[in-house]
Parts: sequence; structure tokens; C-alpha cells
Amino acid sequence: MALLELRNVTRRFGNLEAVKDVTLAIEAGEFFTLLGPSGCGKTTILRMIAGFDAPDEGEVLLDGKSLAGVPPEKRPLHTVFQNYALFPHLSVSANVAFPLEVAGLSRAECRRRVAEALAQVHLADKGAAYPHELSGGQKQRVALARALVNRPRLLLLDEPVSALDAKLREQMQVELIALQREVGITFVFVTHLQEEALALSHRIAVLNAGRLEQLDEPDKLYAQPANRFVADFIGKINLIEVEVTAASKVLLTLKAPGLGEIAATDPRPIQAGERGAFALRPELIRVYGHKESADLKNRFEGRVKELLYLGDVTLYKVELANGFLIEALMTNAAPGRAKFHEVGDAVAVCWRHDAGVFLRG
Amino acid sequence: MRKPAHWIWAASLGVYAFLYIPLAVVVLFSFNDSTLNAQWVGFTTHWYTKLLHDEEMLRAAANSIVIALLASSMATVLGAMAGIAMQRYRIRYLSRALPFLVLTPVAMPEILLGVSLLLFFRQVLDLTLGYLSILIAHITFSLGFVAIVVRVRLAGMEESLFEAARDLGATPWQIFRRITLPLILPALAAGFLMSFTLSIDDFVITFFVAGVGVTTLPLQIYSMIKVAVTPEVNAVSTLLMALTLTLILLASRFAPDVLKARG
Repeated sequence: MALLELRNVTRRFGNLEAVKDVTLAIEAGEFFTLLGPSGCGKTTILRMIAGFDAPDEGEVLLDGKSLAGVPPEKRPLHTVFQNYALFPHLSVSANVAFPLEVAGLSRAECRRRVAEALAQVHLADKGAAYPHELSGGQKQRVALARALVNRPRLLLLDEPVSALDAKLREQMQVELIALQREVGITFVFVTHLQEEALALSHRIAVLNAGRLEQLDEPDKLYAQPANRFVADFIGKINLIEVEVTAASKVLLTLKAPGLGEIAATDPRPIQAGERGAFALRPELIRVYGHKESADLKNRFEGRVKELLYLGDVTLYKVELANGFLIEALMTNAAPGRAKFHEVGDAVAVCWRHDAGVFLRG
Repeated sequence: MRKPAHWIWAASLGVYAFLYIPLAVVVLFSFNDSTLNAQWVGFTTHWYTKLLHDEEMLRAAANSIVIALLASSMATVLGAMAGIAMQRYRIRYLSRALPFLVLTPVAMPEILLGVSLLLFFRQVLDLTLGYLSILIAHITFSLGFVAIVVRVRLAGMEESLFEAARDLGATPWQIFRRITLPLILPALAAGFLMSFTLSIDDFVITFFVAGVGVTTLPLQIYSMIKVAVTPEVNAVSTLLMALTLTLILLASRFAPDVLKARG
């Protein structure tokens, strides 16, 4: 049985449907991420799990039992707030001891557990400090220690890393993964940053306008987006408008107006005549000089319109025959050469027949 | 920042002189070795010693202090409750009306409040004027002040602090006891001290609701100067002034965000 379940959860604020019929299950021990742009309903879902908000329809279940009517203080789960919400009048130790003390644990037990929790987040020597004396990263760790100290079933994290600067953020992400593995507590993480979600999570639920768009593991989400929104929101992608002209068991022939035929694969039953988008990641495209031959079925000629040299990689924007600007990412792995093509070069873009995904609609 | 021009210095000096010279004169003449407030004769603490042996004066002072302590304690408790309620609960219409209703007595002309309280006590409650009526009146005009100070303090706090406490398993009482109360303590101290000074200095409202039996310090001073402004009056005024000033300074230390000394 799943640890936490949302069954057909809907939440309205006036006329606005912030969460629309969301159903998902979170397993014990998972690092689960709710990902979506601001206003997608991810924070509302978090607040409904924590108990600060209640669904208008559907229910939230923990261990298969409905949480309806259970107030936040009675739920065996804690939240790490976006602004950390450390108590300014209490020292770091007293902040971390707070959940233990209100639960009525003995003084000695509190002290032992606080020391343990602070060591876990590498703040053993900061117990006597006050929140205003700490850096952003340290505050974040205190908030984590405080939320983990009495071993909740579930930890909710509301964009906890987004307030930190880029370098610190990366470090905290690595620490979060290690911490989650160490304590073995289920993390439910909310973020609008797709790279963060991909790097941290076991599974990601992509939300848009209150609706669950796709729920999958990071690599599947990246390689097999279910629709245009997910494809576009996660990573860079080329979306080419196409019509299916032929479909066998796994092979698809797609017609792109003004461009020609694209060979693709798809295990789903797809009918000829369906319209949609062909989604292709830039790093799956090779850019050749137009005279070089490539033993690939999908080969389209064009001209380099722009390029972005990024050191390790170069992003080429190639204008195709129909005016479509396709993005291709190539590593600059050849010694002695910075890049392979220049702006204005006539080139051919090629990709394997199993490189992209056909998206319906 | 630019330095103010000379004429601004001069003008503000004039204003401060106008405000403080009369007070300075009172202090000065309380140490004057003469029964007349006319010219400086010599230094003495005789008037203060005399005060200490003036039974009527001591009784009035004791009344004032007891009433001020009780009134400001009650006002602090009730005002804190009002302040917390105003900050916490969002009730349609009432949320807007409540602060207004609590603050009105603070802004109301004292004489109006005095007259209306007198009428209320006599005509509606049929209360014998005395300790109780003074106490209720003093609580009435101090309460609003405490409520504002507490509300301002709470408004500066993140709502997530209280949510975090709840999320971590604290019951409403534990949240109040461990989070809210310590956080508003400076505001409570400031509110208490301000209520105390308002109560101990109040003349107009007390004059209406005191009746015949109970006399407070300001009422006693007033009855004394009906005869003449004696050096003894100067001495007791000086003491009252010193007390008030100390309390206001203390209050501004507790709640610098509410009673700002500097802009």
C-alpha cells in the first residue's frame, strides 16, 4: 500500500480551480517531487497534505486512512517552509527541540535527539546560535533538522532551496539526496525548477494549471514526455508540427509541411491521419557538413542561423527548408577544434529514427 | 543627508524651549527655599521631606499607584487579546470595524469620555463612584493602546512561524505559550508601561468618575493649587514627571518599532 495517496483531489478558490482532480500515490522511502510553474497548484497540494488546507472534493490518505478532519498538529508529517520559519526568539538547539518538547519527551531524550539531528546536518557546533546569526544555507539546515528530529512519516519541502544562490543550491541538493538516503524518510519536494526536480527525485509529478500532466521517473519524463506541456517544460526540445501518413506496428511515418517525411517509432497504436507534434531533444541531433554523408534516414538540409558556444557544448540553431529553426546540441569533444560549424554554413541535421517522440494533439 | 538650515535650528530650539521651560521652572522651584514661586532664594529638599509627611498626599499617591497597576495589568491582558484577535481572525466586516472600535477611546476627547463614562456608571449601572469606576475608566482608555502595540508587533511576524509551530505538533495553547507570548512580550511590556503612565497622569476622566471618596494624585494636586501653587505642588509634580519620563523611556526600549525615537 502506498504511504500517501491523493484520490481525485479538487480544490477551488472562488471561481479558480487551483487543483483539478489529481490522483497520485507516494511510496514509502521515495523522493517525490511536485514540479510545475508558479500557480500550477503544487503549493496548494502541499498545504492539503500538511493539513493547512482541505480538498473540496476527493481525499488525502495516509496508510490508506483518510486524513479529513485531522488537524496539522496531529499529522505525522512535517514541513520545511520556503522561508524556513525558524523561531527568532529561540536558539538553534531550542528550535530543533521544539517538536520534541511539545510532544512531551524527557529533557535528556530531547538533548540527545537534538545533538543527533544537528550532527546529521553538520551543525553540531551551532546549537547556541540564534537564527539571525546564521547564513541562508545554515538556516535551511536548521529547518531540516527541526522537521526531521522526531522522525515524521513524511517530510514536505516547499521550494526550500530556491532562496539560496546557485552554488550553494547545488551543494544543498547533493546534501538533500544524501540526507534522504540516510534517514530513509519519504520526501515530498515542491519546486518550479525542472533541473532541480530531475537531479533530486525518484519520481516527478508534473503539474500545470491544477492538473497532473505526467507522473514518471526523471529519465522517462525527459525521454518520453506525455504531451507538449511536459516536453516543453522539461529541458530544451524541438517541436515540429506533423501529420501521421503511415503507421505500422512500431514504425511511424510523419509528414512535416514543407520539410518532408520523418521516420519515427512508437509502440502505441497510432492511426494514419492523426496530427500532432514531433518532439526531439537537441542533443539527439547531429549536425554534419552538407556534403558529408550520414547513414541516417532522417536527414534535412539547412543553414546555421545562430550558434551559442558554451565551452563544453555548442548549441546550433539551424534554419531548415520550411523556415523551421531546429536546435541541435553538440559536444565540442574534438581536440584542437572549438566548434564544427560557423554561422552561415550549409549543413545537414540528422537523427536516428528512434530519437524523438510523437505527441498527439 | 543635508544639514538643516540655521533658521530651522532656531525654530526648533524655540519650540522645545516653549515646551520644556515651564517644566524646568517647576523642577527648579521645587528645590527653592521659599514659599513663593517668585525668586530663587536657595537650594533645599525641604519640600520633598514635607511631602513625605503629608498624609493626604501619600494616600492619593497610594491610590494612584494601586489603580495604575491594576488598570494597566488588566488593560495589558485585554488589549493583548484584542490585538491578537485583530491580527489573527479575518471576519467579514467585523475585521474592519474591530480595530476602529478598539482605537476610538484612544482618540476620543477626554472630556467626552469622562462625561459619557459618568453617565454610564450612574444612569445605566447605578454604580457608586469610587475605586471600581476609576479602574474601569482607566482600563477603557488604556486598552486600545495595548491592542495597537501588540497588533503592530504581530503584523511584523511571518504567518509561517505560527504554521510551522502547528505543523511541528504544537497545540494552540503550546503555540501561544511558546511562540506568540515570547514574541509579543516586548509589546506587552511597552503597552503596560504606557498604560501605567496614562493612568497615573490622568486627570480629566478621573475627575468625572472619581466621586467623593477616592482621590488620586492628579486630583490632589488640582485641589491644592486651587489655593495656591505651593513649592510642595512643584515637588510632587517633579516626582510625577520623573516617573512618567522613566516609564516612557523604558517603554520605547521595549518596543522601538512602535515608539520610535528616531525616524
